Amino acid sequence: MTLTRFVRKNAFRNKRRTLLTIGSIGFSLLLLTLMMTIWRAFYLDQGSAESAQRLIVRHKVSLVFSLPSFYREKIRALPGVKNVVPQQWFGGRYKDDKPENFFAQFGADPNELFEVYKEFHIPQDQLDAWQKDRAGCIVDAELAKKHGWKIGDKVFLIGTIFPVNLELTIRGIFSAPANTQTLYFNKIYLEEAYTDTKGRAGFYGVLADSPQSVTRVAKEIDDMTRNSDRPTKTESEKAFQLGWIATLGNVKAFILSICLAVVFATLLVSANTMAMSIRERTREVALLKTLGFTRGSVLGLFISEAVTVAAIGGLLGALGASALVWIMAQSPQGGLFLSNMKITPPTMLVAVAVAGMVGLLSAFIPAFHASRLNIVEGLRHIG
Amino acid sequence: MAVPLKYNLRNLRLRKGATVMTALGIALTVTTAIFIMALLAGLRDAFTTTGDPQNVLVLRKGSNSELAAGGVDRAAMQVLKELPGIARDAQGEPLISGETILVIVLPRADGTGEVNVTVRFMTPRGIEMRPGTKLVAGRWFTPGQREVVVSKSVHQRFAQTGIGDTIWIGKGTWNIVGIFDSGGSAHESELWADTNQLASDLDRTIYSSVLIRATDPVAADALKHRVNDDQRLKLNGMLESEYYAQQTSSGGPIKFVGTIVAFIMAWGSCFAAMNTMYAAVAYRSREIATLRVLGFSRPSILTSFVLESLMLSLLGALIGIVLMLPFNGMTTGTSNPLTFSEAVFRLRITPSVLVVAIVFAMGMGLIGGLFPAWHAARRNILAALRD
Repeated sequence: MTLTRFVRKNAFRNKRRTLLTIGSIGFSLLLLTLMMTIWRAFYLDQGSAESAQRLIVRHKVSLVFSLPSFYREKIRALPGVKNVVPQQWFGGRYKDDKPENFFAQFGADPNELFEVYKEFHIPQDQLDAWQKDRAGCIVDAELAKKHGWKIGDKVFLIGTIFPVNLELTIRGIFSAPANTQTLYFNKIYLEEAYTDTKGRAGFYGVLADSPQSVTRVAKEIDDMTRNSDRPTKTESEKAFQLGWIATLGNVKAFILSICLAVVFATLLVSANTMAMSIRERTREVALLKTLGFTRGSVLGLFISEAVTVAAIGGLLGALGASALVWIMAQSPQGGLFLSNMKITPPTMLVAVAVAGMVGLLSAFIPAFHASRLNIVEGLRHIG
Repeated sequence: MAVPLKYNLRNLRLRKGATVMTALGIALTVTTAIFIMALLAGLRDAFTTTGDPQNVLVLRKGSNSELAAGGVDRAAMQVLKELPGIARDAQGEPLISGETILVIVLPRADGTGEVNVTVRFMTPRGIEMRPGTKLVAGRWFTPGQREVVVSKSVHQRFAQTGIGDTIWIGKGTWNIVGIFDSGGSAHESELWADTNQLASDLDRTIYSSVLIRATDPVAADALKHRVNDDQRLKLNGMLESEYYAQQTSSGGPIKFVGTIVAFIMAWGSCFAAMNTMYAAVAYRSREIATLRVLGFSRPSILTSFVLESLMLSLLGALIGIVLMLPFNGMTTGTSNPLTFSEAVFRLRITPSVLVVAIVFAMGMGLIGGLFPAWHAARRNILAALRD
């Protein structure tokens, strides 16, 4: 019998206990994996290559204030700027107020939108059709699938921010690397319906010539408008998204405290199991020592047992998290938030490593006590 | 005959280590659940305690937020003033307040970024119409001056918002002259200032909303319908309390994430409790058989072990509650999708939150204890005695 086999046999000799422990650690690690994935998506991901080249220009105070239209050409004239597209959030109601019927609607310039958002793809004939129809719109392929829309269908949006309703015809369906849940319509259509928006834009999407020039371009745009009555705040697309997340509250502290609670709970569960199983085996430990096992090897045997069980739990948790994210992305309610999250192998590896570490820590004290056991006392132990 | 509870209590005490570790595991899950529920309760509280059912809020037709484009112009305001059912003050003036909402950016005091905060421009009459709001320091703004008062929560949560500080709004700096407390309502997220000063600053003649006080709640309802039905006005009237109640939806993301987190953690704790209880049963297998020989029935053994598991989870719930209580009343904030700005509220561990937390923990204990107890009750007496 090899030592690995010995560890394996012992780890599973009380099958129910081991399975429950694996289950308990698995659920905790599932949560930890989810939290790490959210953290990575929010704070570590740099986004696509195209996104790293893009900036968002908005009013310095808030997105609710608009910018004048003439900024577009002023921005375009700056060195390092390739394309500029004005956009206006419409925030209309589709069908009803249910959250699953909520999606983003932007008024944009059909002639330049796809120059700035280069990773979006649309068949040329559909783009032509949209550019020709002022009351037309284009929708994300995922959004079209969700609502069962086809080209030629009508979409009726009730204005909540603006006192106008829009009746749009779908002229094209675009695909994006990540689900955007967005509908774009011609901004001029809104300007004609509600003249107050004429000569204004909610924000500008700007494409720089390289990721390196993003910081410089942002500074130049803000410097240019600093002393006007409509100062701007220009950020990289990623920073802009982070700003949105920050408005939700202290997300970082929230995620960290959940991770901490989860790790601590896992530690408790694993320590409890190991303490129980080692206590039951007091006599066996004495026997092992009689056979010539040293303190170190007894300690090692127990610790490897705990690490094995915890790591299996961690692996199952990480796999469970991937499955959960996949299921939620399929469901219509999962929405924008989770559809773009993916659990990467490194995140899973971290989860398994954390579980293993927890197993090691949890087994240490009971295993240490067992290894120091007096042989005669141990053999006499009844339990 | 039932097995005495003392038997279970003593056993929990005997297996101190396992009891404490399992209870702590449950406690951690309970703290998470309490935290999420306290956030939601605080948010709901802020919105549902705001607004007097005797006040009618008037917005532009089709809009559901004071921040939407368009609003109530001065001509419509004159029409509104003449509507029947409006309460009047001692001088016979109608209690009606035209208000303008603006969003400004303030840095959070803890350095976690800049967020949008709502400024409400009104007249002293608007203050009068919100009797729940009290001044706690300094004084109210003077009409015609660039003066602003901040809520206590805004003062705590944002940098440079003390009396004597200045902030930039629109075209100039405004002095902070006072701090008010609105008892945890949605106005805790706001700054208040003089509307006429703003109108001359920004050349704005449209109010974002108009607040009307009716003579009584029945008149308020009638007034609301009258505003809605008046074709000249093209306005949308609703009770002030209804307007704020709908903003409770800001808690959506917290609720969504929180439910998932609590659900997953609960399963982890459930399994841990089950493990502990199985060990407790296995450890006492001969004892249980003896109890059976003494005449305790299977159902009473089952009940006894389920109760032991429930006690264990109750202990966990109590530890969790004790750990969370210091956070009661903590000020925090989240984004309000309707106003595009921060909704400041306080964590509220209400009695109902506590009850739900305890029931939640007991649920974990019940599921965790049921199978081991079933196992204990069903064991063959002779086999168990020989163990």
